[in-house]
Amino acid sequence: MASDFITNWNNYPREKAKVSSPVFAHDFDTTLADNSAFIVRGNGRCYGDASLGASVVSSLKFNRILNFDAVHGIITCQSGLLLSDVLELTMPKGWFLPVTPGTRFITVGGAVASDVHGKNHHKDGSFSQHVIALKILTPAGAIIHCSATENSEYFWFTCGGMGLTGIILEVTFSLKKIETGFIKQVQIKANGLDEVLDLFEQYSHYTYSVAWIDCLKTGSNFGRSILMVGEHATVPDLNGGRQQPKKSITLSVPFNFPSFVLNGLSVKAFNAVYYGKNYKREMHGITSYEKFFYPLDAILHWNRIYGSRGFVQYQFVIPKQVGKVGIRDILTRISEKGWGSFLAVLKLFGTQQGPISFNMEGYTLALDIPINSKLFSFLDELDLMIKEYGGRIYLTKDARMKAEIFHSTYPNAASFTTFLNKIDPEKKIVSSLSTRLEIK
Amino acid sequence: MKTVLILGATSEVALALADQLAAKSINLILAARQVEKLNPVKADLTIRFGVTVTVVAFDAANMNSHADFYQHLDPKPDAAICVFGFLGDHDKAKVNWDECATILTANYVGAVSILNVIANDFESRKAGVIVGISSVAGERGRQSNYFYGSAKAGFTAYLSGLRNRLVKSAVHVVTVKPGFIRTKMIEGIATPGLLTAKPEQVASSVIKAMVAKRNVIYVLPAWRWIMLVIRCIPEFIFKKLRL
Ligand SMILES: Cc1cc2nc3c(=O)[nH]c(=O)nc-3n(C[C@H](O)[C@H](O)[C@H](O)COP(=O)(O)OP(=O)(O)OC[C@H]3O[C@@H](n4cnc5c(N)ncnc54)[C@H](O)[C@@H]3O)c2cc1C
Ligand SMILES: NC(=O)c1ccc[n+]([C@@H]2O[C@H](COP(=O)([O-])OP(=O)(O)OC[C@H]3O[C@@H](n4cnc5c(N)ncnc54)[C@H](OP(=O)(O)O)[C@@H]3O)[C@@H](O)[C@H]2O)c1
Repeated sequence: MASDFITNWNNYPREKAKVSSPVFAHDFDTTLADNSAFIVRGNGRCYGDASLGASVVSSLKFNRILNFDAVHGIITCQSGLLLSDVLELTMPKGWFLPVTPGTRFITVGGAVASDVHGKNHHKDGSFSQHVIALKILTPAGAIIHCSATENSEYFWFTCGGMGLTGIILEVTFSLKKIETGFIKQVQIKANGLDEVLDLFEQYSHYTYSVAWIDCLKTGSNFGRSILMVGEHATVPDLNGGRQQPKKSITLSVPFNFPSFVLNGLSVKAFNAVYYGKNYKREMHGITSYEKFFYPLDAILHWNRIYGSRGFVQYQFVIPKQVGKVGIRDILTRISEKGWGSFLAVLKLFGTQQGPISFNMEGYTLALDIPINSKLFSFLDELDLMIKEYGGRIYLTKDARMKAEIFHSTYPNAASFTTFLNKIDPEKKIVSSLSTRLEIK
Repeated sequence: MKTVLILGATSEVALALADQLAAKSINLILAARQVEKLNPVKADLTIRFGVTVTVVAFDAANMNSHADFYQHLDPKPDAAICVFGFLGDHDKAKVNWDECATILTANYVGAVSILNVIANDFESRKAGVIVGISSVAGERGRQSNYFYGSAKAGFTAYLSGLRNRLVKSAVHVVTVKPGFIRTKMIEGIATPGLLTAKPEQVASSVIKAMVAKRNVIYVLPAWRWIMLVIRCIPEFIFKKLRL
């Protein structure tokens, strides 16, 4: 087994780990029989230590498609399959992912373990809503089949359970019928925070919605943003044009940029350019699904732009009732610091599904902040504000939260840890995150 | 090529070959001793590429079964790739004949046994490609792995002779001599990154060599020169090296 330094998408933390890459289901039994504790790692697209640990089992070679029902749009696959591979197979047959994060380079197992959400959470919920069945190898070495109705406790603690309930071997989930590979998009400019939050309500009948906020702007333009909403384009929407977009070209950032590239100035410039593009208040257009859902995938390794010290993606959700006040309050604190963020993404969540999932009805904001020596103590202060507002931090984006914050903000934290103790008394499955947050 | 037979199909090299061949719409016969492992592979390649994949039980060490095994294949393959091999425990093999015999059989005797059958069929059909995955280890015997090495040396010589025999029947034979490959065979052994090929690289070199009718390939070109140097070291020096 090779020993390597590994790190996830945000380049922090970097940890030494023994890595194995099973190819056959049978190989996982050997992993379990081995005495050292391990954690499964998908494509390392989480922003932190959820898939790090002293011993890491990569699922990437365990990526076979086992069944695809093109009539009903149901797929069964091994957990290491990438969403990009799912799309390659299903898009031409008129099926899209029911829920997709902002990158297609994650595994299906990772989608379940983080119970990921997309721009359609207010309409379609998170990924677990669309999971028909899971096949899991438990820490005790048993194979368990579970779903919302069969072994449902196991199922629900696995969705959003950050890989701690066992090795997700196979996933069966349903897809979404689409006519074309294009999106009918509307971009609406908002001059401030209250306006964009109102726009979310006004446009909530759209399936997809997300807003990009310029979080450095102060004064009357504080919180100026662009709301982007969209629907899958139908054949008539395209007026006879091609129904599948051409394969897009990807560029790559070849090495770690020095962090000064990301000083306040360049961030301001970036935001202004982004914003200036929208000269009309409301712009309608047709765009490819790739540009709409995965704008960042066009630049491979864009994470390197934050330099070798890495960055943190701070993503939290706060309840809808306190949305306006809370987002303003927290965003003010962040913009005062001027540490900047390339991306400040705001989304509206519908109601929560799983007991341990991140999502709850409310607003979620995500922003990237390069790591500096004062950042973590500042984020500890923000955590307390979020806790006060009744919100919480997304575990798959977390690399630094204190255990106390997790236990006091996730309402089912206690039953989750009790469940984990029951199914894994010997602590066979342990990640750096589960240790840091005192989950196991 | 319409149908390719892969012998030793549970190896990662074999799986990479299967993926790449299926992507070219080539039907596959996957032969391995642990066939049940291959059901997900069969499903995957069928769903993704619409090819026909047949999974068949095959044990290189069960030489009596080889004629029968091949007899039952329908359709017969247009090409056969012999991937199986076994590194074994060299120190154990010095004192344990069973271990030693397993190494010799998996890398040489078993391969000869099955390729004899295939060669006769291809020769009579006057068409076909045979690929044998040998190893640079077969170029010169070293104290640390000469059981494996000598078996691969035998296999390399066998393939060369077979090529010589079959050329007039329009059957082509490719000898592959990879250096290190990042697979379970060398798990835990530290190898220089630049000299270690990924299974996918081996697979694409093999397929290219089959199409271009190359005779002998090394996968990573550096190995050709390294082995040239190793072959040139005079025996009176070589015998004293700790290799
Ligand atoms: C550009 C970008 C945009 C993103 N946008 C979004 C977004 O919009 N919404 C969102 O929700 N997330 C988003 N994410 C986060 C990402 O979707 C999640 O972190 C996802 O879980 C990553 O999956 P992965 O396959 O890379 O797994 P990893 O990052 O390697 O692991 C993530 C977790 O899944 C567990 N896991 C993975 N496979 C298995 C398995 N087979 N069995 C058990 N546990 C397993 C790991 O243990 C770990 O806890 C984004 C990430 C990036 C880089
Ligand atoms: N890895 C390297 O560095 C390296 C270097 C040079 C050459 N090679 C050669 O490359 C080829 C592929 O090896 P690999 O690296 O992929 O190693 P591997 O993963 O160990 O694969 C070897 C394969 O051979 C099969 N096999 C062994 N004995 C068999 C038998 N009696 N009958 C049927 N199948 C048998 C194994 O089947 P099971 O799965 O059932 O065990 C396995 O699939 C081998 O010929 C090897 O010698 C490897």
